[in-house]
Amino acid sequence: MSGAAVTGHATRAHGLAALAGRAALTALLFGIIVGPLAGLVVWSVAERWHWPALLPQDIGLKYWARITRGDLFGALSRGVTIAVMTTALALVTAIPVSYAAARKRLPLGPLVLMVFLLPQAFPQLPVFASAAVLFYRWNLAGTVPGVVLIHLVGGLVYAVWTMTAVFRAVGEELEEAAINLGASITRTFFRITLPLATPGIIASAILVFIYSLDEFTGTLLVGAPYVTTLPVYMYTASLGYEMQIASVTALVLMVPGVLLLVLMERYLRAEYLAFFGRL
Amino acid sequence: MDVRVESLTKRYGAVTALDGVTQAFPSGALTVIVGPSGCGKTTLLRSLAGFVVPDGGRVWMGDRDVTGLPPQTRDCAMVFQNYALWPHMTVFENLAFGLRLRKVAAADIPGRVREALELVELDRVPGVEHRRPRELSGGQQQRVALARAVAVRPKVLLLDEPLSNLDAKVRHRVRVEIRALQRRTGITAIYVTHDQEEAMSIADVVVVMNSGRVAQAGRPEEVYARPADPFVAEFLGATNVLAATVDADGRIRPSHDSTLIVRAEDIGLTSPQTSPPAGSAWTDGEIVDVLFLGSGYRAYIRVGEDVVMADQRASLSKGPVRVVIPREKMFVFARAASALREPRPTESSTTP
Repeated sequence: MSGAAVTGHATRAHGLAALAGRAALTALLFGIIVGPLAGLVVWSVAERWHWPALLPQDIGLKYWARITRGDLFGALSRGVTIAVMTTALALVTAIPVSYAAARKRLPLGPLVLMVFLLPQAFPQLPVFASAAVLFYRWNLAGTVPGVVLIHLVGGLVYAVWTMTAVFRAVGEELEEAAINLGASITRTFFRITLPLATPGIIASAILVFIYSLDEFTGTLLVGAPYVTTLPVYMYTASLGYEMQIASVTALVLMVPGVLLLVLMERYLRAEYLAFFGRL
Repeated sequence: MDVRVESLTKRYGAVTALDGVTQAFPSGALTVIVGPSGCGKTTLLRSLAGFVVPDGGRVWMGDRDVTGLPPQTRDCAMVFQNYALWPHMTVFENLAFGLRLRKVAAADIPGRVREALELVELDRVPGVEHRRPRELSGGQQQRVALARAVAVRPKVLLLDEPLSNLDAKVRHRVRVEIRALQRRTGITAIYVTHDQEEAMSIADVVVVMNSGRVAQAGRPEEVYARPADPFVAEFLGATNVLAATVDADGRIRPSHDSTLIVRAEDIGLTSPQTSPPAGSAWTDGEIVDVLFLGSGYRAYIRVGEDVVMADQRASLSKGPVRVVIPREKMFVFARAASALREPRPTESSTTP
């Protein structure tokens, strides 16, 4: 009887320790994820915040109001325009290339896929810096087409590699069944292959869109000072110690990313990414 | 429509998938191409469909040489191993796809779809036309695939291991139905399988392939009764392969120059004192083990250095026994001939 009570006690003590441990771990994880975000939120509403106060002296939405007018909104809409153009161009280029690679009809297929991976294999800064030099020579520096092009360098990597996996996931015998019944190659592609690949293509497009929207290094090197997107805007703001502006920008920048990631979760299948980097 | 191939050859790198195949597939008959994996049977079927371009030889459909023609023009519909139904289309759309390509008038399409579904006995499943393939069972999906192929009324029906993804019970039922459908429509059908029992049970003509060649072709009974070589005999279920020959007096003795092949069910067992009936070959051995098989018993008999399997209705006790084989149930091949036909190990990966 007393033995059972002792055991019960020990179990309870043990359980409490485990619970405390788990709580500490949860708090830590929560702190890692939510902590910086909370900091951003507090900064974004701090109208006056002097050291050493723990919280801002004046709180208000003055800086948030900047979204609706002027430069921040301009940077946002410019970034979205660039991301849309980049995504469209990446899809138009990558769909035929990936389809041919997936069906092993691309001459030197593995080599072409490797070439698309190369810009990611090297540190981005030298790659973009040398590209920027070329762009100055071609009068593309400081222009939207120039920024779209530099975004394509990275965007195509995601597009080509994920879509090759997407097309591989569409069984070849599904196409053969259509051809066997008399469908032309074109008809087979548009009636069978493309509809079946569409979810994967959407996932791929979202990846490229988010990449373009958040891209910083290339945009700064090629676009500055005339083409400013949100990441560049945020960078300039924080350089000028305008922490409020930078925080508002960061929070705004998170919105499309989170929304699209939620959307992508519906379309992306693990096998599309598992294929990444494999020839 | 008659289908013929002449000296058809196809190589994949160092592997010869088709090694000069000449074979006719008679009009209106169900021809089954059977053989172990990698024997070239699927490559042969795919070159009939036009998906494989042969390195040499010709393919004839009727009196038309279709060798170089693209698959779209061949008028042969194929049923694929994994059904290959289009998952984004309903059953109706799957069937209508081919009909629209054949320029069937829009008003006639529902009737033709209905008719095809009746042929495969799917018309009894309510609302089947509006379901997606993944909402159907494996057997139903295979029937839809079959219906999609016959709906366009092709001259030739090609079936690539159509039952291998189904479980045994459904497989037996669907194969009887495929047979009945072929009989009813009188379509020329060419059917590939690795299952010799399936082949025997439904074929008008069976074509046994080995190492990219036709080992033997003929009516199933014929091929079963008189296998042309040790490979065919073994492939069609002969269990005993002995290095032995038969003397003039009927006595079986070991020999390195010839191969004796006999099925377990064709062996009779008597006591060593009984004299063997005229016209039979015999030898003496010793029963070393007996297994219960359900429908009967299998005795393992030591004869010299070999072990012979014999299936019997009644149980037997271990000990000396006389093995008696009717001459017509026994196949003796000269060793040299058999060596030629031995499957080459490199060919095991010929077909995907």
